[in-house]
Amino acid sequence: MTTTEKPQEFKVVGTRPIRHDGIDKVLGRAVYGSDVRLAGMIYGAVLRSPYAHAKITKIDTSKAEAMPGVFAVMSGKDMPLVASGALDLGETVDDTAFTSDRVMAHDKVVFKGHPVAAVAAIDQNTGLEALKLIEVEYEVLKPVISLEDAMAPGAVVIHEGLIGDDLGEKVNNTNIAVHNRSEFGDPEAAFAKSATVLERTFIISRAHQGYIEPHASTAFWAPDGKITVWTTTQAPFGVRKTVSALLEQPLSDIKVIPTEIGGGFGGKIPVYLEPVAAVLSKKAGRPVKITMDRRAVFEASGPGPGGTIKVKMGVDDKGKITAATADIRYGAGAYPGASINPATAGIFACYEVPNVRIDSYDVVINMSKTAAYRAPGTPQATFASETLVGELCEIIGMSPMDFHLLNVSREGTRRPDGPVFPRIGNEACLEAIQGSEHFKSTLEPSTESKLRGRGMASGYWNGIGNKSSVTINVNEDGLVSLIEGNPDIGGTRTTIAMQAAEILGLPAEDVHPAVGDTDSIGYSDLTAGSRTTYATGTAAIEAAKMVIDEMKKRVAMIWETEYGNIEHVDGLFVSKVAPDHKFTFKEAAGKLGQTGGPVAMTGTVNVRGSGGGSFGTHLVDVEVDRDTGKVEILRYTAAQDAGKAVHPSYVEGQFQGGAVQGIGWALNEEYYTSDDGVMVNSTFLDYRMPTSLDVPMIETIIVEVANTNHPFGVRGIGETSIVPPAPAVANALANAIGVRLYQTPMNPGRILEALATKKTGK
Amino acid sequence: MTQTPEQSVRKVSVQCTLNGQPTEFLAAPYLSLLEVLRETLGLTGTKEGCNDGNCGACTVNVDGRIVDSCLMLGAEAEGKTIETIEGVAPAGGLHPLQQAFLEEAALQCGICTPGFLVSAKALLEREPDADEPRIRLWLAGNLCRCTGYDKIIRAVEKARDEMK
Ligand code: FES
Ligand code: FES
Repeated sequence: MTTTEKPQEFKVVGTRPIRHDGIDKVLGRAVYGSDVRLAGMIYGAVLRSPYAHAKITKIDTSKAEAMPGVFAVMSGKDMPLVASGALDLGETVDDTAFTSDRVMAHDKVVFKGHPVAAVAAIDQNTGLEALKLIEVEYEVLKPVISLEDAMAPGAVVIHEGLIGDDLGEKVNNTNIAVHNRSEFGDPEAAFAKSATVLERTFIISRAHQGYIEPHASTAFWAPDGKITVWTTTQAPFGVRKTVSALLEQPLSDIKVIPTEIGGGFGGKIPVYLEPVAAVLSKKAGRPVKITMDRRAVFEASGPGPGGTIKVKMGVDDKGKITAATADIRYGAGAYPGASINPATAGIFACYEVPNVRIDSYDVVINMSKTAAYRAPGTPQATFASETLVGELCEIIGMSPMDFHLLNVSREGTRRPDGPVFPRIGNEACLEAIQGSEHFKSTLEPSTESKLRGRGMASGYWNGIGNKSSVTINVNEDGLVSLIEGNPDIGGTRTTIAMQAAEILGLPAEDVHPAVGDTDSIGYSDLTAGSRTTYATGTAAIEAAKMVIDEMKKRVAMIWETEYGNIEHVDGLFVSKVAPDHKFTFKEAAGKLGQTGGPVAMTGTVNVRGSGGGSFGTHLVDVEVDRDTGKVEILRYTAAQDAGKAVHPSYVEGQFQGGAVQGIGWALNEEYYTSDDGVMVNSTFLDYRMPTSLDVPMIETIIVEVANTNHPFGVRGIGETSIVPPAPAVANALANAIGVRLYQTPMNPGRILEALATKKTGK
Repeated sequence: MTQTPEQSVRKVSVQCTLNGQPTEFLAAPYLSLLEVLRETLGLTGTKEGCNDGNCGACTVNVDGRIVDSCLMLGAEAEGKTIETIEGVAPAGGLHPLQQAFLEEAALQCGICTPGFLVSAKALLEREPDADEPRIRLWLAGNLCRCTGYDKIIRAVEKARDEMK
């Protein structure tokens, strides 16, 4: 079902063509990170720290170097620590010194799996054998794993050089990298006058993006100093910048060729292997490929942060929100950078809140540095706020739908962290769910052994705009090729090409899109922040308009008339002065040779903001087995505002995929960590992500409230869908079993415990 | 000069039928079938997601059964008939499953796709009438992190109907 507002007429946008890169992917021909094979290529392997926190007192690589089949060995001394500085990656800013230390340890290891040395060898197995010959001596330090330990006065300090920022004050000797606050109004006074006030504390598990393709990078450092990197990344230009900063080489000497990418969800923004492969390549004089194994992906790449969130909300006697406060604490991992700011933006974004205060803490602990994970920081925060709302509604006897609609944020509402919303689809999503068959259906009553419940939650993700470039080349047969700089993680070649096709008056199939390397396309920010279809699509529209404009000039030349007399209507070039003069795009393209030569146009944009972001509302029915605590998802509906769905199938796919990732986080996914900071479930067997058996079909409703910041009204939609699932499931579970859970994952053990607590009355 | 691990063991010679062609390769006895396919034979359509039998990205068909090729030794391929993703499409065309995956948008990143196609093909060859619960059960050994499975299941159902 699609609800439309302010219809614009489209020919291509809104249709469902087959994606251009699909054929290679169903044939097994698409080249992903570890599929790269180059002449003379050798294989790298990384030695990782067995300790979460230790000083390195000695590294002896001589035996490994002497082993037959080994071409190069490196450690921190071969990749010296660089000075501190800002590393702007488009969506986030990292520190160059911390990044340098994270990629290859120098004096100290700060997480289990921290790289301490690496080898390059004739084949993978020789490399793995060589790692065993590297002797590393450690002085083991006390690891800081829990937030409480990390934040306690007198805590073991992980980075002596870290200067904390506590509401703008500098702090030394701390693990608290940042403490921020957003506030307005007077929440305390408002709570005092409220009819009902509820406060709860929630614990959120650290969870991994779980992309199926492990990280893999290949590098060749040529004798002339040029470095070529083939890598599976969301951010080719970010890789270029990071490699340049870490190896202190000129930016333009580095070419990054993005391979196909087997999932990322934010986790393939940071650099891990690229500089290591480059250093090994320089030593060996050959291209070096490194592939991470799954255990290293879990232990040493960046999942989304876990943490503790305290939320308090007050309402008047009508159920209108009077005030809300939150205290958000995330474990950043071994270097600062947990996604606390988007958490602050998102936690109460679905509501009009007159008095608010949100404190947030970015806390360093001895685990791998967290990274962006789909709507970074926001599913965690929203689990807290939306589950609290569910309980509040129970207490005041109001339906969650009525509560949402009464308090809904809309155009003109001030988001708790400051910005005022432009036109948004929050209310439209609620209404879409309210009108859905699912909402109107009656849940089958519980039985003795099966407890059933229904729950809902809303969520928000703002997203970003930023910089993109798209080049369109017109071929003499009237088809066009399009080059863009955003790795295609889920169909964006096609959604970008479709927007160009719409302007050019061509079918989607006649635009042939390709993802360029960093030397062949203008700067483009990362594939992240729900920006690719939205912002790079805008660049494609720009480029297509430039093409049409240039072709009008050429057509005018042929018809010997003024440029101003040529129009482009319904895919045809027509003359205002000679009505029988008509050219199709193909005909005009065939004449470019005689009118000045090739037409190739590049559109570049720096899109400001997302235009308000995308809201979504999810509704879920669950069934709990009273004996085993196992949860079955009976029915699931996701409604979300797409502004204008460019390719509805891929929009639905984003809703469905995010919903199922969120269900996984809600029910099963967490890092089990020992006291010494070792993740004990670092396989897909023990880190249990949903399989096809664990979920039903996911019903979708595409809501379209046009984005005023995009020519076609498009909104970025990739991330919002992971925000509502956990609280929707939590609310459904409470409805089913009559007790509330305040911690993810809500696994069978916790559910049985909750049921037992209920029986004994605490 | 001493030898690398691969040189220090005697390689085994293996003869099998791979994607319809008689194939012979030499492999160190400890190499998995996945390593042999990807590294020795250059067939990189079979993917590695975990190397421990828990993701299904490396699924191949061995004598009509689906196998995680990371869990089978290359040497064990002796005398077997093996089909990988590179053998799924008939010459110059697509298998109905491949066509249905494209039409139903059943892939996002596509890394899981070869494994799903090989698994689903084996299912439909055995059980041309497999229904949704059966398809879900059969494919439960293949992880997809992008799609939430909905469109994959629909694509298999579509191919099933078209193959009748
Ligand atoms: S790579 Fe074989 S099952 Fe994952
Ligand atoms: S499409 Fe990405 S894992 Fe399935």
